[in-house]
Amino acid sequence: MTAALLLLAGLGLGLALGLAAPRLRSRPQPAARPTATRQILLPFTGTTLSRRALEAAMRLARVDDATLMPAFLATVPLHQSLESPLPKQCTIGMPLLEAIEQRAAAQHIPVDARVERGRSYRHALSRLLEQEQFDRVIISAGDDPRTGLSGDDLLWVIDHANAEVMILRPAPEDARVISASGVAGHF
Amino acid sequence: MAPDRGHYKIFLGMAAGVGKTYRMLQEGHVELDNGRDVVVGLLETHARAETAALAEGLELLPRRRVSYRDQQLEEMDLPGILRRAPEVCLIDELAHTNVPGAEHVKRYEDIDDVLAAGIHVVSTVNVQHLESLNDRIAELTGVTVRETIPDHVLGHADEIVMIDVSPEALLDRLRAGKVYPAARIDAALNNFFRIENLAALREVALRQVAEEVEAKRIVTEHVGTRNELFSEAAPQAVGERLMALVEPYPGAQRLVRRAWRSAQRLGSQLDVLWVQRPGQRLTVEQESSLAALRTLASVLGVNLLTEESDMLADTVARVATERGTTYILLGRSREPHGLARLRTPLPQQLMRRLPGVDVRIVADRALRHEPTP
Repeated sequence: MTAALLLLAGLGLGLALGLAAPRLRSRPQPAARPTATRQILLPFTGTTLSRRALEAAMRLARVDDATLMPAFLATVPLHQSLESPLPKQCTIGMPLLEAIEQRAAAQHIPVDARVERGRSYRHALSRLLEQEQFDRVIISAGDDPRTGLSGDDLLWVIDHANAEVMILRPAPEDARVISASGVAGHF
Repeated sequence: MAPDRGHYKIFLGMAAGVGKTYRMLQEGHVELDNGRDVVVGLLETHARAETAALAEGLELLPRRRVSYRDQQLEEMDLPGILRRAPEVCLIDELAHTNVPGAEHVKRYEDIDDVLAAGIHVVSTVNVQHLESLNDRIAELTGVTVRETIPDHVLGHADEIVMIDVSPEALLDRLRAGKVYPAARIDAALNNFFRIENLAALREVALRQVAEEVEAKRIVTEHVGTRNELFSEAAPQAVGERLMALVEPYPGAQRLVRRAWRSAQRLGSQLDVLWVQRPGQRLTVEQESSLAALRTLASVLGVNLLTEESDMLADTVARVATERGTTYILLGRSREPHGLARLRTPLPQQLMRRLPGVDVRIVADRALRHEPTP
């Protein structure tokens, strides 16, 4: 009797293990990657963004299993409240954010966009850096400082960002840009 | 018995000098010629000779003197108008702020008393005084207007007439000294009166009038009687009003951006609604997403509404009805699991509860399959 019970228990255990085994085998193995979510900030200011900068940011996001955080920086004139709506600037920034997000999403890179206002681009960036923690900041140093962050601003970022800062020096390939025209479909 | 409320007509312009006051005075003469009792309750000629000349022949009620900080200032005499009780009263510049101590803070509130006394009112205002347009106009023109009026002031008018001139014609009038005295012309040309500013303001003014006309048409068709027309409980009618349903997660921003672009194209208002479950505690990531959504809504100039309820479809339907929503945008739902598969999907629930309201599911374009050649 006892032997029969032991046999039944053994069969049951074997069956249970047999059923469970495929599930255990099919469960994805934990990746040897950092457990904390990493965040890569990609600030931009104008109507276009260097494709090289975006590709660099996406490459790093893939390698680090990080979230790409494109951030549109907008400036508010002194006579307006810092919290004013900026629909005119948004008509520039929002389509570009959409284009960036679509490109990243197509490569299965998680995206969490940001928009920040400031009296200057540097001020907007400093507000963003105060509010959130980023692991990396990627900035494309453009040829024309009038259109975005100046050389002084870049030095400021290196001094003040509590993150690894990657500044891409201007290159001929920067003529290849991402713009609102890169949005797929109606936007 | 209280008298019937007076008829309210507003001449709306894109800027000073388009001829609003002139048209108001012409209207006064027409009424006078038709045998009606017309007075000018308040006139601002801004030292324009043509305007002053046109006022001749109309009874001009004297202003009253008001003491403020040891100064004697002049204001419209509201009690005087009510005592005089004309049939028609012309009152210039309804956005004006009264001296402290007057019956009301703003002149449009004085006008409300005049209308309530059964007196017909003809008035004037520039589009940049409208509260909802103030920030947008400040951004377009770089000039912040301090004297603002709530949008419902226009909404309550029986007639709005747009006084339109081309920016070029207005600049010619300015240069000819017909708008400001010679000493102020250069400053005006270098600041507010730039052609790009005037073109932008003209577009805003024309759009505003078009929206008011459409709103009136819709309300009249759907509501009917005059009392109901101005009842606070009646939904505010606009051509289109969009609502985006969000949850605090990163993808919600895309939905808001798409909804905003649609609202821009339609020239309509956008509300963003999040229905939070009662007692729902947010994770750090959700808090961060919510803060990002708030900033995005604020930069775009849209309203982010939060409602606490576990009856999602009912709550959305209620808010949509209250706000006169005509178009709801929502993202793709997560795949339902277990018993949730038996539940009617949210879009169908909304379509059943909100007949006549468009429901749009915003797709992720990046995931679209390209057609094979």
